[in-house]
Amino acid sequence: MTAPRGTGRWTDEQVELFVGNLLRWGVLTAAAVALVGGIFYLVRSGSAPVHYGEFRGQPPELTSVAGVVRGVRALDPRAVIQLGLLLLIATPVARVAFSLVAFLRQRDRTYVVITSIVLLLLLYSLLGFER
Amino acid sequence: MSVLALTLLVGSGAFAAGLLGALTGLGGGIVIVPLLTLVFGVDIRYAIGASLVSVIATSSGAAAAYVREGYTNIRIGMLLEVATTLGALGGAYLAGLISPNVIAVIFSLVLFYSAWRSTRRREEHPLAEPDRWATRLRLDGTYPTPAGRQAYGVRGVPAGFALMYVAGILSGLLGIGSGVVKVLAMDQVMRLPFKVSTTTSNFMIGVTAAASAGIYLTRGYIDPGLALPVMLGVLSGALFGARILAGARVRVLRNIFSVIIVVLAFEMLYKGITGGL
Repeated sequence: MTAPRGTGRWTDEQVELFVGNLLRWGVLTAAAVALVGGIFYLVRSGSAPVHYGEFRGQPPELTSVAGVVRGVRALDPRAVIQLGLLLLIATPVARVAFSLVAFLRQRDRTYVVITSIVLLLLLYSLLGFER
Repeated sequence: MSVLALTLLVGSGAFAAGLLGALTGLGGGIVIVPLLTLVFGVDIRYAIGASLVSVIATSSGAAAAYVREGYTNIRIGMLLEVATTLGALGGAYLAGLISPNVIAVIFSLVLFYSAWRSTRRREEHPLAEPDRWATRLRLDGTYPTPAGRQAYGVRGVPAGFALMYVAGILSGLLGIGSGVVKVLAMDQVMRLPFKVSTTTSNFMIGVTAAASAGIYLTRGYIDPGLALPVMLGVLSGALFGARILAGARVRVLRNIFSVIIVVLAFEMLYKGITGGL
């Protein structure tokens, strides 16, 4: 995946091509990471009983970006799956961030503002400020 | 049930949902929550979390192809994402405040509506004259047709924006893509050509879902052991469906899928009213 080249303005076609690739590789990477975690999870706890009938929330290693990173360092299989899911959630966020760069380069002030609002709302949710 | 058995069963169910969703164009996300709660007895909060994650996967996967084909209107998508992300944040807050039974009742209403929409034929509008907002925000675009690129205008921007806020709330509250409301806004109100409204709606679903996903994660709605088979199942079902789409009998499948949705809607309504969830 290469970013659009050249120092001039990017055309809409270049932007579309890059966005398409970004989404594809984001989803594939996320699915692969989650799958690796899932295999470890099944090997380690495949025969354990499930308890999804009752809502218990999640331990802190699974409820924030920092927690997931800690969990992955401790080689917790569930945290590895969660890392994959985080990459998946980050894929559309990365797409919006790239759109912001593209609109900046196109000197499209209106859409720079619009895209910034969307990006801030996403980061607000993802970084857990509402805790 | 053991983790392994649940993973395999939920994964197969999600695969079937993704396959039917892709073949009928209705999206598989809408049946995931009823499937998990009614068939597998999963708490609706875990079900919504897992469903939302799968919605991000399928929409991003499909958007990758559509964007490159040149149907998606990125400016319209970007503008309306302000409304859907705001709505999604609001919906995710609401989900924490209202009881699971009320959520189930609202969910059943959305299921009924989706089934009803799917039986109605969509009519292509004559090309619209753009309104003031569309011109100011440069929303008008072109899309590929067999006869070359066709230009189109955009109408009803304020009303479409408002409807998108509602779509965002439903997405954040129920863990669905709300494609049916998004397409309604863009087809009926903004008068976009089908291909443009369908692909732009799909393009926005991932961003809308990501806005509520962060809040769900913080609240512990996203359980990796459950979300993984749902996500991989729906994604592989949808990708497989897109491959075999050419030979499929879409009308028959659409009717079958609609009947399934209605049955799930009744059951969801019953459980919600009797407090069985």
